[in-house]
Amino acid sequence: LEPFGGANTGVGGVVRDILGVSARPIAATNVLCFGPQDYPHSKLPAGLLHPQRIASGVVAGIGDYGNKLGLPTVNGAVFYDEGYLGNPLVFCGCAGLLPTGKHPTNAQAGDQVVVLGGRTGRDGLHGATFSSAELSHDTSETAGSAVQIGDPITEKGLIELIEAARDAGLYTAITDCGAGGLSSSVGEMGKQLGVDVELTHVTLKYPGLVPWEIWLSEAQERLVLAVPAANLPRLHELAKLWDVEVSVLGTFTGDGDLRVRYEGDLVADLPMEFLHDGLPRRHMKALWRDPAQAKVGPAITDSPGNLLLRMLAHPNIASKEEIVRRYDHEVRGGTIVRPFGGPYMDGPNDAAVLKPLGTWEHDRAFSLSVGINPQIGRRDPYAMAISTIDEAIRNAVAVGADPDQLSILDNFCWGNPTLPDRLGALVRTCQGCYDASVAYRAPFISGKDSLYNEYNGTPIPGTLLISAIAIVPDMNHAVTAACKTAGNLLYVIGETHDELGGSLLHALHASTDGTAPTLPANGLENYRRLHQAMRSGLVRACHDLSEGGLALALAEMALGGRLGIDANIAHDDLSALSLLFSESNGRLVIEVAEQDAAQLDSLLAGTPLTHIGIVTEEPHFRIAINGTPQIDLPVDSLVSAWLRQPAREVEPEQ
Amino acid sequence: MSNQTNKPKILILHVSGTNRDAEAARAAELGGGAPEIVHINQLRQGDRSLDDYAMLLLPGGFSYGDALGAGARLALDLRIFFEDQLHQFVDSGRLVLGICNGFQTLVKCGLLPGNQENGEKNAEITPGTTEARRATLTENASGHFECRWVHLQVNPNSPARYLAQIDDLIFCPVAHGEGNFQVVDEITLRALERDNLITFCYVDENGAPVGGAYPANPSGSIADIAGICNPAGNVVGLMPHPEDHVLPIQNPLGRTDRLGLPIFKAMIHAASHV
Repeated sequence: LEPFGGANTGVGGVVRDILGVSARPIAATNVLCFGPQDYPHSKLPAGLLHPQRIASGVVAGIGDYGNKLGLPTVNGAVFYDEGYLGNPLVFCGCAGLLPTGKHPTNAQAGDQVVVLGGRTGRDGLHGATFSSAELSHDTSETAGSAVQIGDPITEKGLIELIEAARDAGLYTAITDCGAGGLSSSVGEMGKQLGVDVELTHVTLKYPGLVPWEIWLSEAQERLVLAVPAANLPRLHELAKLWDVEVSVLGTFTGDGDLRVRYEGDLVADLPMEFLHDGLPRRHMKALWRDPAQAKVGPAITDSPGNLLLRMLAHPNIASKEEIVRRYDHEVRGGTIVRPFGGPYMDGPNDAAVLKPLGTWEHDRAFSLSVGINPQIGRRDPYAMAISTIDEAIRNAVAVGADPDQLSILDNFCWGNPTLPDRLGALVRTCQGCYDASVAYRAPFISGKDSLYNEYNGTPIPGTLLISAIAIVPDMNHAVTAACKTAGNLLYVIGETHDELGGSLLHALHASTDGTAPTLPANGLENYRRLHQAMRSGLVRACHDLSEGGLALALAEMALGGRLGIDANIAHDDLSALSLLFSESNGRLVIEVAEQDAAQLDSLLAGTPLTHIGIVTEEPHFRIAINGTPQIDLPVDSLVSAWLRQPAREVEPEQ
Repeated sequence: MSNQTNKPKILILHVSGTNRDAEAARAAELGGGAPEIVHINQLRQGDRSLDDYAMLLLPGGFSYGDALGAGARLALDLRIFFEDQLHQFVDSGRLVLGICNGFQTLVKCGLLPGNQENGEKNAEITPGTTEARRATLTENASGHFECRWVHLQVNPNSPARYLAQIDDLIFCPVAHGEGNFQVVDEITLRALERDNLITFCYVDENGAPVGGAYPANPSGSIADIAGICNPAGNVVGLMPHPEDHVLPIQNPLGRTDRLGLPIFKAMIHAASHV
C-alpha cells in the first residue's frame, strides 16, 4: 500500500516492543520477501505496485527509521518469489539490552496511566485489522488510513527517556502502544487492576477525533506507563529534558473494570475479565496432504560450473550490497562481524556479532542470525521448519556463538487459516518447529504471526522466519566466512544426503520433487564440538552450507577471500549433483591451518569431519569428485557472478 | 580522582536525533579526555555552561531528523541561542570537533571553513538563509545513504598542527546520505587548498589519491575532501567516523593499525594545553 510508511512502522513497532520491556534497543535486522524485481509490467495484476517500487520504498523506509534511531542494521535476508507479488513481507527485528531485574511489572492501584511520546491522530486506524486482511485490487482505495506515519526522532527521544526513567525507578509497569492503540495497551496493563481513563487528556495531532478513534488509533511512537503519582514530577522533568511529550490519562483503579471517559462521560465500561477471558476458544479444521504428484522439472543438462555461476547470480543468493549499504551497520561501534567480509569487504558472512556499548569490560558478545526458506516449504512445510531452525542456529555457530546459549524466535506469515489446507500446512510447520527446537534445546523466546496473507484468493508461500540470538563467549574468537590463508585445509562438518527437495538447484529448474532435508543426526553435539574448536582458536574461517549446498558455500568462501580452492569429494553413493548442491542440514565448511589438523581431529572426534580440500594462492576454484573435475572456474568469475556485475552477466544455457 | 580532574572536560552535545554520542564519549575517554554528554536543553536552561569545557564535540546522528537538510536546524539553534558563547569559545582557541552530522552542522552554521583570508567571516549569514556560505555538504553523488569503510589521509600541513603527529592512514566507516562536500566556486576551493584547510582526504588503501573515484571517495566530495578545519586550526570537522575504530577488534580487515583513536588523542592533548 505504502512501502516506505509500512517499513517505517515495522522498525518503529519492533523497537517499541523492546522499549516495552524496559530495554535499550541496540541493533536491528530485516528480512524481506518481494516479487521478482524484473517482473514484466504488462503481467502485473491491476492495483499492485511493481515489486521494484515496493523494494525501493521498503528499503528506504527501513534505512530512514533505523539509521535515524542510531541502530546498527546488521543482519537479514532478501527472498524474491512470484508468490509475494500481491503481498510482500517485511520482517523487522530488534535486539535490546536490559540490566537483569530492571524491568518492573508491578503496577499498583492508584498508579497513574501515563502516555509518552507521539501525538495521536487518525493514522493507523484499523492497522491491525488491515494487516491481517486479505488484499485485493481496491484495498489501496479503501484502507488508506491503515498505514501509520513514522517519526523516528520522536521515538529516539523515547529510547533515551525510557532508559533514564527505568534507571531512576520511576514507573511500575510499561507497555508499548502498537496494534489496537490505547485500547490494547491500556487494556492489557489494567488487566489485573482495572483502569479509569479520560480520552480528552490524550494529546492529539489535530482536533476532530471522536472517542473511538482516539481509543483505537495506532499512531506511532507511543508508550504507556504506570507511574506512582509521587514520581510524576521527576518524570515530567526528564521528559522535558529529552523533548518528549507526556499525558496523564487516568488511574489504575483496583476495581477490575475498564472505564473510558470522554469529557467526563462514560463511553466504555466493561469488566476486564470479559475483555481478557471472554473470547471462546475456536475450533478449526486443518488438512495436510503430502504433495504427491510433485512436478519433475526438465532434465538438468547444464554443467556444474555453469549451475554454480547461475546460483551465485540468482537474486536470492547474489550480493545484497545494494540494499545492505543503505543501512548503517557500524553505529554504536560494536559491530564485530559485519554483513560482508574479506579483503574487499564484499564476501558474505553468516551472522552478525555485536559488542554492546557499556559492556566492553568483558569479552562476551552476541550474535544475530536468521533462517528462511519458503522454497523448501513448497515441498514440505515440516522440512521447512527443520531446515529454517537448523540454518538460523548454524549461522550463529558459524560466527562463534555458543549453541548452548542460544534462543530462537518465530515469525509466521501465512494464508487464510480458515481454509483447511492452509491451516494444515501451518500445523505441519509448527510440528517441525517443535521437533527442531527440542532437538537443539533452543527455546522459543518470542514470535509473531500474520495470517490472511492472500491476494485475490491466492496465498503467499507459507513463510517461516527463524531468528536466533546467542552469546558469543569470546568476541576475539568470532569467525568470518571468507578464506584467509593459502595452504590452509578445508573440512566439511556433517553428512551429505540426497536431499535436493526444495533446493535451489530444483528451483532453477522449476522442479518440485526430491526429498527435502531432514534433521541431522547429533546436530547439537556436532555444533558444540565445532564451538569448542573455535574457542580453542583453531577455526580460521567458517561458512554454513545452505542454499546451493557445498559448491555454493565453497564458492562464497573463495570469492570473499579472493583466494582459490582446490577440493575433491571422495564419495561413492551419491550423484554428482547431490554431492555438489544437496542442502542437507547440519553442515558447515571450516578452514584450519595444517599444523592444527591433529588437534581439530581430536576436538571433533565423533563428529562427521571430512577433509575436502585446500585454500590456494592461485585464484582458481576447482571441485572434483573422486578425482574427476566437476567445476573449474577463475575466482574472478565467481566474484562477477555474485556481485552481478553487468559486464559478465551469466546466462543460463539454452 | 585527582587524575580525573587533570583530564580536559569535553562537552558532547546531544540534541533530538543525535545517535553517535555514546561511542564518541567512549572514544574521547580512550583518547584521554573527560567526556560528558550534555543535552542542548541543559545548556539552554543554564544547567551546564559551554565555558566550563575545554573541547566541544558535535557527534553524529540526524539532529532534528535533518528535516531541513543535514545539520541545518541544529546550526540555527547554535546561532540563535549560543552565538556569542560559541564565538568566545572558538576565539579563545578551545577545540571543536564535528563528526558527520556535527561536521554538517559546523559548516551550516558557518564555523567551518571559518574566517577567510580577507578577514571576512564567511559565516555572515542570517539564520534561515544560506546566501553567504561558500561551502556545504550536500547529497551523496549516489543519491542515497551509504555505510562503508574508507581510508583517510591527514594533511600534515593543516593549521590543526596537533594532527600532524598522525603519520598513518586512518581507516573508519562513513555512514551518511549528505557527505558530499562542495564549494561555491573555484576560488573557494583554491583558498581551502592554499591555506591547507583540507584536513582529511579520502585515499585508497595505499594512501594514493583517488581523484573522486567511488567508492574510495564514497560521497563524490570535491577534491576528495573528507574533513576540513578553520584557519586557526581549532575547529575540525569530518564526515567519517573515527570514533567507530578505536580498538583493533573493530577493524573489518583484522589489522591492528590505522585506528581512528589518534585523532581523539591529538585533539584532546591539544585541548589540555590551550
